Amino acid sequence: MDLPTVVSIVAARSRDDLGALSPTVAALAGGSELFAYPRGHLTGLVDLLSLEWPALTITDAGLEIAATCTLAELSRLPAVPGWSAQVLFVECCGALFGSFKIWNVATVGGNLCTALPAGPMITLACALDAEVLIWRRDGSEERRPAAEFVTGNGTNLLQTGDVLRSIHLPIAALRGSTAYRKIALSPLGRSGAVLVGRLDADGGFLLTVTAGTVRPELLRYPTIPSAPALARDVIALESWFTDAHGAADWRRAVSAVLGEEIRTELERGADRP
Amino acid sequence: MKLVINGETVEAAAAPGQSLRTFLRDREHFEVKKGCDSGDCGACSILLDGVPVHSCIYPAARAEGKAVTTVAGLGLPDDLAPLQQRFIDAGGFQCGFCTPGMIVTASTLADGKLDALPRMLSGNLCRCTGYRAIEDAIRGTHRPVGEPRPAEPLTSGNDASRSCGRVGTSLPAPASARVVSGQEPYTLDVAVPGLLHLAIVASPHAHARIRSIDTSAAAALPGVHAVLTHGDAPATLYSTARHENRLDDPDDTRVLDDVVRFRGQRVAAVVADTVAIAEHACRLIVVDYLELPAVYDPRAALLPGAPTVHGDKNAVDARLADPSRNLVAEMHGEHGELAAGLAAATTVVTGTWQTQRVAHNQIETHGTIGWIEDGRLVLRTATQVPFLVHKEICRVFGLEPGAVRVFAARVGGGFGGKQEILTEDVVTLAVLATGRPVQYEFTRTDELTISPVRHPFQVTVTLGATDDGRLTALGLDVLSDTGAYGNHGPGVMYHGCSESVSLYAVPNKRVDAACVYTNNPPSGAFRGYGLGQVIFGIESALDELAHTLGMSPFALRRLNSIGPTDPLVVTEAEGDDLIIGSYGLDQCLDLAEAALARGNGVPVPDGPEWLAGQGMASAMIATMPPRGHFSQAAITLDPAGFYTVGIGTVEFGNGTTTVHAQIAATALNTTPDRIRLRHADTDATGYDTGAYGSAGVTVAGKAVLAAATALLEQLQLTAAARTGLPAESWVPEPEGLRSGSAFLSLTELAGPAGLKATGAETGGRRSLAFNVHAFRVAVNSRTGEVRILQSVQAADAGVVMNPEQCRGQIEGGVAQAIGTALYEEIVLDGAGAVTTRVLRNYHVPQLADVPLTEIYFADTVDSLGPYGAKSMSESTYNPVAPALANAVRDAIGVRPFELPMSRDRIWRLLHP
Repeated sequence: MDLPTVVSIVAARSRDDLGALSPTVAALAGGSELFAYPRGHLTGLVDLLSLEWPALTITDAGLEIAATCTLAELSRLPAVPGWSAQVLFVECCGALFGSFKIWNVATVGGNLCTALPAGPMITLACALDAEVLIWRRDGSEERRPAAEFVTGNGTNLLQTGDVLRSIHLPIAALRGSTAYRKIALSPLGRSGAVLVGRLDADGGFLLTVTAGTVRPELLRYPTIPSAPALARDVIALESWFTDAHGAADWRRAVSAVLGEEIRTELERGADRP
Repeated sequence: MKLVINGETVEAAAAPGQSLRTFLRDREHFEVKKGCDSGDCGACSILLDGVPVHSCIYPAARAEGKAVTTVAGLGLPDDLAPLQQRFIDAGGFQCGFCTPGMIVTASTLADGKLDALPRMLSGNLCRCTGYRAIEDAIRGTHRPVGEPRPAEPLTSGNDASRSCGRVGTSLPAPASARVVSGQEPYTLDVAVPGLLHLAIVASPHAHARIRSIDTSAAAALPGVHAVLTHGDAPATLYSTARHENRLDDPDDTRVLDDVVRFRGQRVAAVVADTVAIAEHACRLIVVDYLELPAVYDPRAALLPGAPTVHGDKNAVDARLADPSRNLVAEMHGEHGELAAGLAAATTVVTGTWQTQRVAHNQIETHGTIGWIEDGRLVLRTATQVPFLVHKEICRVFGLEPGAVRVFAARVGGGFGGKQEILTEDVVTLAVLATGRPVQYEFTRTDELTISPVRHPFQVTVTLGATDDGRLTALGLDVLSDTGAYGNHGPGVMYHGCSESVSLYAVPNKRVDAACVYTNNPPSGAFRGYGLGQVIFGIESALDELAHTLGMSPFALRRLNSIGPTDPLVVTEAEGDDLIIGSYGLDQCLDLAEAALARGNGVPVPDGPEWLAGQGMASAMIATMPPRGHFSQAAITLDPAGFYTVGIGTVEFGNGTTTVHAQIAATALNTTPDRIRLRHADTDATGYDTGAYGSAGVTVAGKAVLAAATALLEQLQLTAAARTGLPAESWVPEPEGLRSGSAFLSLTELAGPAGLKATGAETGGRRSLAFNVHAFRVAVNSRTGEVRILQSVQAADAGVVMNPEQCRGQIEGGVAQAIGTALYEEIVLDGAGAVTTRVLRNYHVPQLADVPLTEIYFADTVDSLGPYGAKSMSESTYNPVAPALANAVRDAIGVRPFELPMSRDRIWRLLHP
């Protein structure tokens, strides 16, 4: 929709241009979230796309995803040999409620910054132990675990004037085996729960629980846990919530069901030579 | 900035916060529609350098240097793309408002992506069709009604039997080529010079008196033309609901009131050069409210001492049962003696069922443009009832009938939601105040928060039966929450308790019903008009009785349903105006039962968690509203030899224009290309009560038939006078009349002045239509997921006028009902505030949610309807939710009492 109170839009060419950000001047990436709601408090936008950050950079240490990388670009990255976890990219894009047309504009960073429980790029980043790079307003840079970036339903670590620059996926996680489950109140509805399990070469097991909880919940084990242990830990999580996309008690229960499906799938995979 | 739109280079400035959608519409690319303005519905889809995007959430400034392709860039009416033609051939639209975005999106799906079609179309919502026809159009798998869908795509093309256009053929909609190319203008698809825009201040309180309003800052804002408050509004009370008889609804509403009774109610209106200025000015208005006690629970609203929502109203003048108890209307009646019937029963079942608030979510939001022309007020508006709007606007504003014209362009869906005055009243106020053209367009959030919703009902049903399954008693207790205003409240309550009860021959019946005010947002007319809510309770209770007795639910219906000659009794015998003009319920029950028994080969998913079951439900509905529904049709033959049908009813996706053309073509033995239509204009056509109560065929169609028949008589008499040959010897042909070897062309017969005939229908007698729905489902006991394995609807539509369209109405009704049954709910916070305020938080069914429904038609000929036809729009919706609930009950052994049967609710039934 139109944002009629916005009277200026500045194409950022360098980091200095981000100094214009303020409580009434917002950073614009894909725009699919920003333009989806009235923003009566905004008077200006700073366009990040003109910074022309390379969308995806493969290094020996892993994958650097620019905050401005679109979901379409991420989903189309050609398969990298040895990155068994790359299958998650498309799976997590598929958990976005928005259509494939939204993938063409929505960005990975925008999804994280919106910080909704159902943000699937948050799931992806947490499940792969990503680190996010924050450009602080004062010119400093800060790396933080993605799991800490989202602090609540719609809140994150960014202060006014800060910008999320990139998301780094470490090589070790990309080489893990993963299993993904999503459930909603309808076949392709907005997520009620999205869970990802990851089994690493060293036997370590991580279950990432999102969408049913107000912020990502990570359950980490040195080895694959027993079914009762995992179920107990999922049920014991406390940040379940109720909205139009599912009741808290249901989200907790189906997360336990999906967690067990994930545990079983990865355990079976590990048994194979 | 510079960009290319459909091949044309355009240079224009975009505002910094402007979306590409409004930028394109400002350039008169009206084929780019607004459905939600938030990237959820897809009506605004366009291609940018070949990549599909939702233009409503795309910053316009970013389109610089890019090539934009809209649906018009894919093909225009005289040169349609094959995909556009396939949408016509398959009947891939009804109202057509979603169609441009649907076609643009589909145009990017190469064959490889068709496997994922449900996912690829998740961002394109259609509220009318139920998607089967859209899928067939995209895949090229369309087949005529009655033929199975092929495994492989077929080549496209109009078959000759369709284009002949007689009654009984599947003539495509007359507007088809314009709709699929985005060239059909809807309500707001018009450029009006000097147009002003209107925005409102909404009440933050559920109940408050306005002490004062300071509008000075708003009025001083440059670009503001008027600020309107209750001081500027007429004192006349009216109802937003419109009926043939205006006394059907309580007069409890003012254009702007000094008391607000629900959150979101209009407090003031600003008229300004742009929407942005109007909204800005709204934020400058300071309102001093005195908050009043409010009531949100309909049962609490009836208790002594409850806050009164309209305690200031006079019961007689406003036509309220008892405003001191918030009672809008009540109904109490008994046939036989319920207690005696229950005493005679060996089995009694009882339960209380609750339905939810449902939003119509027609993709075209409400909107009106008004202006002054030749000293008269003109309203171009998205309405189902232009003539009723005309009457009431004249009454409220004290205008002479001749001083007002109301008309509707093609309307982008309604489902009952446009049988209300929601925008016309305040636009009239604004036009009269400024003398300028003024537009008021609802947002999607307005649709979800202040447009009336389907009445939530609490329905208690008690059934008594003997061991053989014969019903001895039927008790019904209904409580309807009409919200803060009584629009449609009484009618929905009465209608809800009518055909749902009279369908069954039971010696002892009792009905108690109440419709009450609360400080919740208003409820209103919704497809089925109360019947669906009560049918959900009664058909669920019947199913429970069948389970208890160990009896087939079909057998139970056969034993207790009225037969073709039985009297119709709610609590008293219905009057002579309601008859069973044809009886197809027996066939519908047989067809649905046989289809379930036959199965469709879809297996229950693997795994012990999946539980399978099946269920069914019946529904009956009168073929038009009671107590008169009027239509006056005219047909002219012009000197060029073309017929023009003038009819007041509205085309909003119901397909009436198509059927009216077919009726005229059949009666005059001509081809539809010789028939033009004018409709829905108080200046251009005779009176018509309007497009509600499924009256488009049974009332307006009958008027068209009467006019066509009268015109044929005139033609025959004219021919006889010219030749001396007997009038009855003249037989109509497409281009003239023939008597033996003599032939007179239509041009000759019309003469320089042309010919004109009229016909009218009063709706004095009504018939009954029947629908039976059946489901086979699997339910996941771990997650509560309901998977529909087989869906069947058998319908008694009398003679089917247009099989393709009628199938589409049924499929669309079923899809909307599946939304009601499983997904949709307007959620309130318990204090009158809607929490589901955007489309992404209110789940309108997507392609992925809607199964293929097998559709069977009973073979009957109605004695009242034109050519033996009956109505078939609302009725298709009514049996679906109970049939699905009964199938779920069969699968899981626990009965659902509450809609929607969302996965979390079903899960909770299984894990109490």
